[in-house]
Amino acid sequence: MAEIVIRNLRKEFGAFTAVQGSSFTIADGEFFMLLGPSGCGKTTTLRMIAGLEIPTSGEILIDGEEVSRRPASQRDIAMVFQMFALYPHLNVRKNIAYPLVSQGVAKPEVASRVAEVARILRIEHLLDKGVGGLSGGDRQRVALGRAIVRRPKAFMMDEPLGALDAEFRETMAEELRALHDRMGATTVYVTHDQLEAMQMGDKIVVMNHGVVEQFGKPQEIYDHPATLFVADFIGSPAMNTLRFEGAAQSGATEVSLGGARIALPQLQEAASTQSLVLGVRPEHITLGETGDLRGQVLATEYLGTTQIITIETAFGPLKARASSGLPAHVGETLGLSFTAPKLTLFDAVTGRALRSAANAGVHHG
Amino acid sequence: MAEVTLSGLSKAYGATQALRDVSLTIPDGAFVVLLGPTGAGKTTTLRLIAGLDRPDRGDVRIDGASVLNDTPAQRDIAMVFQQYSLYPHMTVRDNLAFPLRSPMIALPEDQIAARVAEVARVLRIPHKLDNKATALSGGEMQRVSIGRALVRNPRIYLMDEPLSSLDAKLRADLRIELKRIHAELGATFLYVTHDQIEAMTMASHVGVLDEGRLVQFGTPREIYEDPVSTYVASRLGQPRIALLPADAFGALATPPPGAAQIGLRPEHILQGEGAPATVHRLEHLGDQTRLHLTLGPHQIVTLADAHTALAPGDSLPIRPRNPLWFDARGNRLTAPQP
Repeated sequence: MAEIVIRNLRKEFGAFTAVQGSSFTIADGEFFMLLGPSGCGKTTTLRMIAGLEIPTSGEILIDGEEVSRRPASQRDIAMVFQMFALYPHLNVRKNIAYPLVSQGVAKPEVASRVAEVARILRIEHLLDKGVGGLSGGDRQRVALGRAIVRRPKAFMMDEPLGALDAEFRETMAEELRALHDRMGATTVYVTHDQLEAMQMGDKIVVMNHGVVEQFGKPQEIYDHPATLFVADFIGSPAMNTLRFEGAAQSGATEVSLGGARIALPQLQEAASTQSLVLGVRPEHITLGETGDLRGQVLATEYLGTTQIITIETAFGPLKARASSGLPAHVGETLGLSFTAPKLTLFDAVTGRALRSAANAGVHHG
Repeated sequence: MAEVTLSGLSKAYGATQALRDVSLTIPDGAFVVLLGPTGAGKTTTLRLIAGLDRPDRGDVRIDGASVLNDTPAQRDIAMVFQQYSLYPHMTVRDNLAFPLRSPMIALPEDQIAARVAEVARVLRIPHKLDNKATALSGGEMQRVSIGRALVRNPRIYLMDEPLSSLDAKLRADLRIELKRIHAELGATFLYVTHDQIEAMTMASHVGVLDEGRLVQFGTPREIYEDPVSTYVASRLGQPRIALLPADAFGALATPPPGAAQIGLRPEHILQGEGAPATVHRLEHLGDQTRLHLTLGPHQIVTLADAHTALAPGDSLPIRPRNPLWFDARGNRLTAPQP
C-alpha cells in the first residue's frame, strides 16, 4: 500500500533528456498507467520510481518519504517485466518461494504465503510442476506470483503483456485487472497500447518526448484531450483533426469552417493565432443528406456492430463511426454534422486545446 | 489475375495434421482472409499454394490448371511475410527493382524505372526511393516489402500477417492502404491473420480455420451475423460473444429444441427489462463502455454508452433479443443455408 508522488522529475542521459520535469501523483491502491509511444520516457520514469535509475533532479515520495536516492532494495517495490525469467530447474512452488527464502523467512510462513499467492492467481494445481512445460500464460502467472509473494508496497510493470498474442493478451489484461481489484496494491504499469491503458487504468499519464502531455481518468482524457498529440494518440480510430484558418474569441460558441458554421462548447480563452484545429471524435459525426459541410465516401470498414466510414472533405479525410446498418457507398456525397458539446478546438501553433465550458477542469501536463 | 481453387487439400508435418481436406475457391479479384488462432493451418495453406510445400492429398488449381508440378517461380505468385527482409545495402529503388532484374524476368531498365515509380506512387513512398532501406521506419520498410511484391504484377498475392509487427496506428493506416491497392489493381489476394479487425475490414471473403479444417467461408458480415458454430462466433466481435447455458434466462428466452447454449452479442442484449443482472465492472474505452455483468453464476460482457451512469454493484435488468442458439456440440441451430 503506498501513495507515490512525483515532483519535477528529470532524467538526462548525456546530451539526451529522457524525462523533462514530470509531476503527478499516484494514489494509494490505484492502477496507474504510463502511456506513450516508444522513446517517450515512460519506462525511464518507471525505472526511476523502482530505483533502477537515479534521477538527474526532482523528487520521488513513497508514502511521504523521499526515496529518489535510495537503492532499489530499500524501496520495497516489485518489478514485473515483459520477459519473465523463471528459474528453469525449480518447480513452480520453489520459483514463487524464492524471494522469501532468500530473505530468510521462516519455512511455515513461506509455505502459507506461497499457498495464498497460488490461490489468488488460481495456479494451485501447478505448484509441483516444473516451469519448463508451462504455457506462456501460466509462466506469466508464476512470474506475477514471485512479485506478489513479497507483499511489496507497490508493483511496477513494464509492458508485461507485450509478448503475448492478441487474443491471449485480452484475457490476461482482464485477469491482471481482476487480480488488482482483489489485492488493491498500488500498481504502475507501462504500455504503448492506448486501448490497454483505457481498459485497465484508473488513471493515465500520457507522455511524449519526455514530457507529460496529460494526466487524468481514461474517459476524461478521451473526451477532452489537452493537446493535439493526445487527441491523435488516444482512440482508435484517432480523433479527427480539421485544420482551418479562422478567429476564435473568448466567449464564442461557434467557429466558421470554410463557410459552414460549427457550434461548439463556449470558449473561455481566445486563440493566439488564426491557425486552428477542430477536434471531432469519429462517433460524434452524424452523416445525412443535409449539412453545410459535405464530403465524399472514400472507404467503409465493417466492424460488426459498427462501421468506420472514411470521408474526403475540404479539410482532409475524416473517419466517422456509425451503426453497421447505415447504408454508405463508396463515391457518394454526404452531409456531416458534429455533436457540439463534444468538440475541442486547438491552437495549431502551440498544439494545446483552448479552454472551454467542456474541458475547463481537465489537468494539463 | 487469377482464380485459385483448392480441392481436398491435406498436409501433415510429422505427427501433426496441419490441414484436413480443405476445399475452397478464391474468386478472381477477391480479397480472401484466412482467420484462426496459431496452429489452425493458415500459413500451411499459403505455403501449399505458393509451392513451398507439397500437399499429401488434394489439388491446387490456378485458373483451372493444376500447379502441383510447377515450381514456386512458375506459379507466378508473390508472397509478403511478417518479417520484411530488405537488402540493407541497397536503396529503396534498388530493393524494389530487384525482382525485375532477376534472370527469369530481366526487364529492360527503362521499363523497370517506370514500374518502380508507379509502385512507389501507389505506396506513397516516392520521396524515399533514394534512401537506404535501413534508413526507413518500420512502416516504410513494410511498405517497401509489399512494394517488392507489387512490382512483379503476379497472378496472386499471398500475405502472411504482413502487418502484425507494426504498431496499432500504422496497422490501421496500412489496412486502408492495402484495401486501396487491392481495389486499384483488381488483383487476387489471399491474406492470413489472427487479427479480427483486419479480417473484418479488408476481406471480401473470410475463411475460418479450426485445427486444419475450413469451418466457414463467407463475407465478413455473414461470418459475424450467421456463424455456424460457437467456434466461429467467438472469432469475430469485441467484446466476444457471451455463451451461456440455453436455459439461463428461463421463460424470457425459451430455447428451441436441441439448444444447449445461448449466444449473446451486445446487439442481442436488451437493457432495462428482464432478468436482474449485476454490474461487476466497467471499462471506459472512450467511444463506448464495456459492461461486465453477472447473471447468477454467469458472466456477460456487453456494451453501454460511453457516459453511462451505471456503477459497479448496480442492478441492470437484461433480456435476450434474437439470440444465436447452439447445440451441445457447439453447432448453430438453424444454421445459414450454404
